[in-house]
Amino acid sequence: MAEQDNTNAIGLTRADYKGERSTLCPGCGHNTISAQILYACYEMDIHPSNIVKFSGIGCSSKSPTYFLSQSFGFNGLHGRMPSLALGAAFADTSMKVLGVSGDGDTASIGLGQFKHLIRRNLPMVYIVENNGVYGLTKGQFSATAEKGLELKYQGVNPFLPIDIAKEALIGNASFVARSFAGDPQQVRSLLKAALSHRGTSVLDIISPCVSFNNREDTLHSYQWGRQHEAPLHDIAFVPTRKSIILDEFKEGETKEVTLHDGSVVVLKKLEKDYDPTDKYQALQMLEEAERNRWLITGLIYVDPGQPALYDYMNLVEEPLNRVPAEKLRPSAEALQKINQSMG
Amino acid sequence: MIDDLGSEKAHKSPQSQKINDFCMTICTVNGSGSATANITLLRAMFHMGIPVSGKNIFPSNIKGLPTWFSIRLSDEGYLGRVAHDDIIVQMNPATFQEDINYDIPGGVIFYADHIDLPIQRDDVVVYPMPVKDLIKAADIPRNLRDYMENMVYVGVVSQMLGIGLEYINKALLQQFEQKPSVAESNFAVVKMAADWAKDNLEKKDRYWVEEREPLEGYMLADGNTAAALGAIYGGFQFCGWYPITPATSLAESLGIYAPKLRKDPETGKNNFAIVQAEDELAAIGMAVGAGWGGIRAMSSTSGPGISLMTEYMSLAYYAEVPLVLWDVQRVGPSTGLPTRTGQGDLNLTYYLGHGDTQQLVIIPSSVNECFEFGWKAFDYADEFQTPVIVLSDLDLGMNLWITKKFDYPDKPIDRGKILWEEDLEKFESDWGRYLDVDGDGIPYRTLMGNKHKKAPYFTRGTGHDEFGNYSEAPDVWLRVMDRIKLKFDNAREKLPKPVYRNIEGAKIGLIGMGSTEPAIMEAQDILNKMGITTDFMRVRALPFSQDVRKFIQAHDRNYVLELNRDGQLHQILVTEYCDLTDRLVSLSYMDGLPLTAKWIVESLSEKEEK
Repeated sequence: MAEQDNTNAIGLTRADYKGERSTLCPGCGHNTISAQILYACYEMDIHPSNIVKFSGIGCSSKSPTYFLSQSFGFNGLHGRMPSLALGAAFADTSMKVLGVSGDGDTASIGLGQFKHLIRRNLPMVYIVENNGVYGLTKGQFSATAEKGLELKYQGVNPFLPIDIAKEALIGNASFVARSFAGDPQQVRSLLKAALSHRGTSVLDIISPCVSFNNREDTLHSYQWGRQHEAPLHDIAFVPTRKSIILDEFKEGETKEVTLHDGSVVVLKKLEKDYDPTDKYQALQMLEEAERNRWLITGLIYVDPGQPALYDYMNLVEEPLNRVPAEKLRPSAEALQKINQSMG
Repeated sequence: MIDDLGSEKAHKSPQSQKINDFCMTICTVNGSGSATANITLLRAMFHMGIPVSGKNIFPSNIKGLPTWFSIRLSDEGYLGRVAHDDIIVQMNPATFQEDINYDIPGGVIFYADHIDLPIQRDDVVVYPMPVKDLIKAADIPRNLRDYMENMVYVGVVSQMLGIGLEYINKALLQQFEQKPSVAESNFAVVKMAADWAKDNLEKKDRYWVEEREPLEGYMLADGNTAAALGAIYGGFQFCGWYPITPATSLAESLGIYAPKLRKDPETGKNNFAIVQAEDELAAIGMAVGAGWGGIRAMSSTSGPGISLMTEYMSLAYYAEVPLVLWDVQRVGPSTGLPTRTGQGDLNLTYYLGHGDTQQLVIIPSSVNECFEFGWKAFDYADEFQTPVIVLSDLDLGMNLWITKKFDYPDKPIDRGKILWEEDLEKFESDWGRYLDVDGDGIPYRTLMGNKHKKAPYFTRGTGHDEFGNYSEAPDVWLRVMDRIKLKFDNAREKLPKPVYRNIEGAKIGLIGMGSTEPAIMEAQDILNKMGITTDFMRVRALPFSQDVRKFIQAHDRNYVLELNRDGQLHQILVTEYCDLTDRLVSLSYMDGLPLTAKWIVESLSEKEEK
């Protein structure tokens, strides 16, 4: 087994997936997520050179330097990472595109680009490290902060929050999940599923800010999350259908969703029946969760068959950035014809 | 005046006659289909071998507001706007009185005779046109009648001025290339109207259109189509864009021509992608991403879009991402005059971005140059690893101009300093994304997907060192910014150099840019006849070549002529050449319409008298 000699199937060690040392606050949820991204890519045998990372601006957006140093990356503008990632993705559509954003970056300044990314269904993993607060500018409310949240210098938030998962779902996202940085196993399983999905995979991960928004009675805190997390299911990611033999999943009802690349997400039923391919049920669940202050987590919705942006583009097979220059210029004869048509 | 289109072709005519030298304005209501009729007239005269220009002065509106189409004929090749009309074709009751007052004494008015308004002019020749009656008699389906009305004036005007109907037919067939039957039914109306005019109108005016030798090597095209074709020949691979007048037709032309010209011949698959973005913020973000990813990326927009793109353009400058951005200028500030032309974005684009940002700007003046700069812009962007802004305008972009046929690019596509796996393997010195190995300020770049272990790097808009690592160190910031400045200084002599039109012995310089060129050259000829000899330098790029300084130094006074209120080119020249300030005089003007030779001559001679 590859695991035994500490290398994965493509002969890389975990160290090959590492990044710079994090400069975020010790205990920040974002660091947990960075680690899970590292593990997920390692365990899925994805070569770092096949991944390209993007981020916006904010604490969350600093994190792509803290994993996968061997991948190309671009830290773009506040709220406008989706357009950057979209343009770059066309340079080589075989790359796995990984975007890291925050709740300010996505739900405030970036809400427009977020919704349009989803609408186009660009194949990419879009992670929102959601803590309800602006960290880098020291503790202002973000658009996902709950009504009534009290912050040290800000007073009480009078507004209802934007629910990123709900926005994604209403925007016809093909993959919507929510998780909690305090539940790293689930984060990892969902990341693996997201990396296998051909379309925009939205992962709204509650990621507590230990400096500005971690009071035990607030929705984005560790303590609240640990006490109130309500998983929709136990989730296991299986790289191929053949290998579905999971002991812990033998008992109880399971549901399987096959993703575009043939991998399978196995969902084990918990208290309630939940079908993540049923959009109506997904919406209902999110609405109910908001009313009851449940932190529901898991795969909320998935539609593996929704066409991706590339499907409309009739692109050549080889990466566009490797197409030889001489293929990019039409002939002199063609120009002559154009000249004639205008003469 | 266009290059070698010649005054030798000018026809000596009796004083009383005006042959191939007049301006005709057709006044219609927008959305009535008059564009087809107007372009038919324009094309027919072009096919007759006459240098001709057409300017569409249109409202920011879909249907129902006044619109004007001015056609200028000039055997001498003058294509700039003139402020008066010799002939008016009046189809619009709403502007009836106002428009006909623009007609010069001795001019002509054609009008649709169902417009029941008095013509209080006894110094012009008036021809009524029974538009409604003729259409009624022609048994045309009701839904097409409004459109066909325009063909009545095409027929009447052709008959009275001597425009050969065979040329009208040729122009219609070209216009309706895909639908010859439509061309036929239109021509039937033209013919009928011409016959009516022949039988019922007596020629009393002095204007004639006369056939000349064919204009070999020339064609009729607009700048936006040329820009798109230029981009296609420059190997564009990605365009992110958002609709905005007057830039929309540029991206739309890409969408028309690229699928025909840029399919892989073996697979039939596209080697490009065009994405209509949700706004200009995203359009430029996509272009920056694509340019960074290593494909030739572009966007096209106009002033308000440029404003929105500013932040990403600042990032692209500092992160050194190549891309091409077309600014087809309209009139600002604010929403301004969306359907009118100007040169008001020069300052904005040259300094586009916060902090110490500066952009490469190239400025075409003709449709042909839109094509040429269309492909060259990508080579500049790749060479200098920075955005290149191409500054066009509505007049150039949306109007049809006589232009030389497009020349096939005279050098192969140059992608600049890119290292793939094997290049990195052979690379002898240290490699860092922002490390200046060659001493020219231009580092080497690797592209995503490169599997070499040394290749990946992290791009950021925050402070970074030569290896792309985050840095707030003062010396690092200074070093990187000084290197980028070096890169820009090195671009000065590589971007398109100024072009000149000199007159022997001139002490006065004229400096201009872009689509005002025809007006400036015409003014130059008029001034010359008045005894004011001038040399003309057309600036084609910022930052300036040192040739610009030489020209200024060689002339006692240099009038900087431009179509904006504040004299922006003058401002930049004064900033660059503060030692030459007393030689630079600003002559700028902005009312939304193309510059006229008349305005230049009047305002310059007034200054000279002082």
